[in-house]
Amino acid sequence: MPSNRRTFIKQSLVAGAYASLISNGLFKSTKTQAAWIAENFSPATLTDTLQKIYRNAEIIDSEAIALKLPRVAENGAVVPVTVTSSLPNVNEITLFVAKNPTPLSISFKLSPVMDAFVSTRIKMAETCNVIAVVNSEGKLYKARKEVTVTIGGCGG
Amino acid sequence: MASIKIRTKRLEGKTQIRILIAHPMEHGRNKDKQTGQLIPAHFIKELTVKHNDTLIINSDMGGSVAKDPYFAFMLNGGIEGDKITVSWADSLGKTDTVDAKIT
Repeated sequence: MPSNRRTFIKQSLVAGAYASLISNGLFKSTKTQAAWIAENFSPATLTDTLQKIYRNAEIIDSEAIALKLPRVAENGAVVPVTVTSSLPNVNEITLFVAKNPTPLSISFKLSPVMDAFVSTRIKMAETCNVIAVVNSEGKLYKARKEVTVTIGGCGG
Repeated sequence: MASIKIRTKRLEGKTQIRILIAHPMEHGRNKDKQTGQLIPAHFIKELTVKHNDTLIINSDMGGSVAKDPYFAFMLNGGIEGDKITVSWADSLGKTDTVDAKIT
């Protein structure tokens, strides 16, 4: 029990700070999660999207991320992509397509029992870079690869 | 109707999980060729994968994932008979869940 009013105020402030940390961090409630999706999967430029998601965190170029993509994609509507990484404890892999109207394509959160391996198929509007950002032990690493798109996948 | 197909394959102590979902993944900027009207956005927003009811993958996505999305993951471990559960939720509030056993 708090011994007097002053320590009680101090302690409740600390508790409040933790509560806000929790709500901002990993333990997002469903509502803030929905807001996160709405905000980040909205049309924007790549720089803005990266800024919004990672704030000013440094993203290091890494050789330890293998980004497997075709050099030329005949059909931008279906571009196979595989990301593997030899970095330790990878818990998040996110894919960005630089010139898509919505640059953030998909984000995977992986539990520790998963290998740093994801494979999927994305859409690309035009020839541009695909960027994979990998979170390993709280640090961010990226790899990029340019894909030439013959027919864009975002038009009708 | 089940929209999810799950295939698992055990490889040297690991389990490859492959998922195929039947979904239009419309991002809302395509036009209907016959009517010229915009096709409303309809895409999967969230995908979750569970191994024996423990969450192993949680993925957020936008409309820039290809139609009928395909995913492959590698689980470190997993034995025959383990349960893999895949669920998705889309932008129109629809959901689907399918269970599969590791073979």
